[in-house]
Amino acid sequence: MSNSSTSDLLKPFKLKTKQQELLIRVSILCLVYILAFITRLFSVLRYESMIHEFDPYFNYRTTLYLTQHGFYDFWNWFDYESWYPLGRIVGGTLYPGLMVTAALIYRLLHFLRFAVHIREVCVLTAPFFASNTTLVAYFFGKEIWDSGAGLVAAILIAVCPGYISRSVAGSYDNEGVAIFALLFTFYLFVKAVNTGSLAWGLASAFGYFYMVSAWGGYVFIINLIPLYVLVLLITGRYSMRLYVAYNCMYILGMLLAMQIRFVGFQHVQSGEHMAAMGVFFLMQVFYFLDWVKHMLSDTKLFQEFLRITVTCAVAVGGIALGVGMASGYISPWTGRFYSLLDPTYAKDHIPIIASVSEHQPTAWSSFMFDFHILLFLFPAGLYFCFKRLSDATIFIVMYGLTSMYFAGVMVRLILVATPAVCLISAIAVSATVKNLTVLLRSKNKVAQIGSSKGTSSAKASSKASLDQSQPFQKNGAMALLFGAFYLLSRYATHCTWVTSEAYSSPSIVLAARGAHGNRVIFDDYREAYFWLWQNTPPDAKVMSWWDYGYQITAMGNRTVIVDNNTWNNTHIATVGRAMSSYEDEAYEIIRSLDVDYVLVVFGGVTGYSSDDINKFLWMVRIGGGVFPVIKEPDYLVNGEYRVDKGAAPKMLNCLMYKLSYYRFGEMMTEYGKPPGYDRARGVEIGNKDIKLEHLEEAFTTSNWIVRIYKVKPPNNRW
Amino acid sequence: MARTSSSKENAQALFHSLRSAYSATPVNLKIIDLYVGFAVFTALIQVVYMASVGSFPFNSFLSGVLSCVGTAVLAVCLRIQVNKENKEFKDLPPERAFADFVLCNLVLHLVIMNFLG
Repeated sequence: MSNSSTSDLLKPFKLKTKQQELLIRVSILCLVYILAFITRLFSVLRYESMIHEFDPYFNYRTTLYLTQHGFYDFWNWFDYESWYPLGRIVGGTLYPGLMVTAALIYRLLHFLRFAVHIREVCVLTAPFFASNTTLVAYFFGKEIWDSGAGLVAAILIAVCPGYISRSVAGSYDNEGVAIFALLFTFYLFVKAVNTGSLAWGLASAFGYFYMVSAWGGYVFIINLIPLYVLVLLITGRYSMRLYVAYNCMYILGMLLAMQIRFVGFQHVQSGEHMAAMGVFFLMQVFYFLDWVKHMLSDTKLFQEFLRITVTCAVAVGGIALGVGMASGYISPWTGRFYSLLDPTYAKDHIPIIASVSEHQPTAWSSFMFDFHILLFLFPAGLYFCFKRLSDATIFIVMYGLTSMYFAGVMVRLILVATPAVCLISAIAVSATVKNLTVLLRSKNKVAQIGSSKGTSSAKASSKASLDQSQPFQKNGAMALLFGAFYLLSRYATHCTWVTSEAYSSPSIVLAARGAHGNRVIFDDYREAYFWLWQNTPPDAKVMSWWDYGYQITAMGNRTVIVDNNTWNNTHIATVGRAMSSYEDEAYEIIRSLDVDYVLVVFGGVTGYSSDDINKFLWMVRIGGGVFPVIKEPDYLVNGEYRVDKGAAPKMLNCLMYKLSYYRFGEMMTEYGKPPGYDRARGVEIGNKDIKLEHLEEAFTTSNWIVRIYKVKPPNNRW
Repeated sequence: MARTSSSKENAQALFHSLRSAYSATPVNLKIIDLYVGFAVFTALIQVVYMASVGSFPFNSFLSGVLSCVGTAVLAVCLRIQVNKENKEFKDLPPERAFADFVLCNLVLHLVIMNFLG
């Protein structure tokens, strides 16, 4: 009687623990969701709600156009304001996913009667998608390991600096939504492989479509998934589920991706996508063979058949590939792809890729900076994955290893590796903590083993009784647990510190510490662009190095010659040539490009080091790559790049030098130094008496960071 | 000479045993096989036509061929899922499999229609 009453009492209680667990899990996820959002708001609090850096300004400008003119005008937009006189077909040369997403959020908010400005939506898009990524990470972790690993993964990825670097508020760039799309596609694909359902395959095709519409990094997906399939085939893990998942995802994903005009026919024409197609045909052959093998009882006959079929398939595939390559139907791999496989390729062949700082190989310190303890947890997680090998863990291992390699090749690809590293580390953390807590709780379990009947606890207690022989086990487990929590708390602190110190500066507004420890703000960029907007004719053409093109068109609303969409190398090289020629030669080029204003960025007064003088050698290299009259050694002295008295004569008289240092020779920048002391490079300049013949100074911002020159009309002929 | 004759014999034996094994397949699977065969055949006709005439409206050609290939592949997936011999899909009711198949085909052909140009 009493026994049955206690069990009656226990029953609802047992259900309640499950509910409690669910409640805790959901509330943790909610907190992580909010945390991922608010940790990215440092820049909004410190500065203001604004768009950061360079590329986001183009995205902002196109989003503005999209919301004002509608989708069809956006799709057919021919932009006269950039790449003068060529123009740019914007609708066909961009990934529209980000803009469409932001515009949809904007429409939704307005439908709900929140009268926000589109800029606020753009600024907060990346943090919002980072929050969504944590949810995807949770479900992904749950799919490959268990819900505990999922929770840890969500927390790790919410604050991981490698991801925060590209998704702080204001960094309105493709990567912000693309990482969400990437992880979501992978999650759906793994789900499709695990269930073998066409519906999940369809879902992953749609995830892939969103990824293709958002970022050029989709090439990673279309190569990783075939590689994964290939590995499963080779290791003998081929299954019908894999066949269903891959084929559905590939056919539908490819068709959907072709609807994006910028991608177009690349899925059947470019070398980067051929791996996926090859694996697709391989799957068909494999399935067919499997089927025949199933039908035939005689193994000897099957061997014969196998020999014939494989020979035929290989021959047909080889001929098709050979003919495609030879006839130029399949384009060879692009330079970007080569530079990923061979890190030294870009340096030798494509200076415009090598000139971007985020395309440099990664240093160890930045791995440590961006991953912190994850770097140590990653191998441990790999160990756990190999210990419990399944289709899903093989996928995450392959994703982790390949993306780690790419992260080593290029700094910006740390971003792609981050979700994998977080997931694998989460497996390590979750598995370790679980093992330790099982040890800790084992004694209590042994005491009350009579009442509890759950298989898991019984298993745990039996395991514990086996391990009981080791002394100090409990204390050791306790110490290890504390160690783990200490490490994780260090990770959280590190992440917050990195976010606030390194990744939250908009780079369009510069901040520095003054002499008395106060904060000094240099808002020169916006000052200059505002000046352009207010004081130049609306059809004025501005020439600058390509880095500032997007900002000039977005904020100054003026036509530029080149911008950050570096599609025409010759055009950029022409600008580079103009900047590195003598003034009268440069004037001819400037006249031929119909330029009205020339804009240079100069950091000699403030000590701002990423200015045009420091980028100048790249202008020379890119210009010299197309126009051999420009030779790099002319600007160097004994292989050394200098701007002081010992500089090369061509350097001292080229247009860039003149425009940067015009009137600088009479300026006192630092106490106790001679006039004309360049603070960015720490030297006294070599040519203090600069006279301009064909250009005149139009505007210089308050800290001299941006200098704008007006191009004079040609002199009268008599 | 002897080798060729033996391989010919082998091929005949292979063909024969395949045919006898295939006759035991359930009718619904046979219907799906027919459908797959028809789709692949249509795709091949289009490829041959493209090779002789040229692939000028490339999107039309692609959508034609991909429509056939997609249909075939999806039908093979359906065949895998409704085949009772496949133990992996024991839990999946054939109605659900068919619903998935219809959904995928719907998406496939809506996209094809958009792409046909």
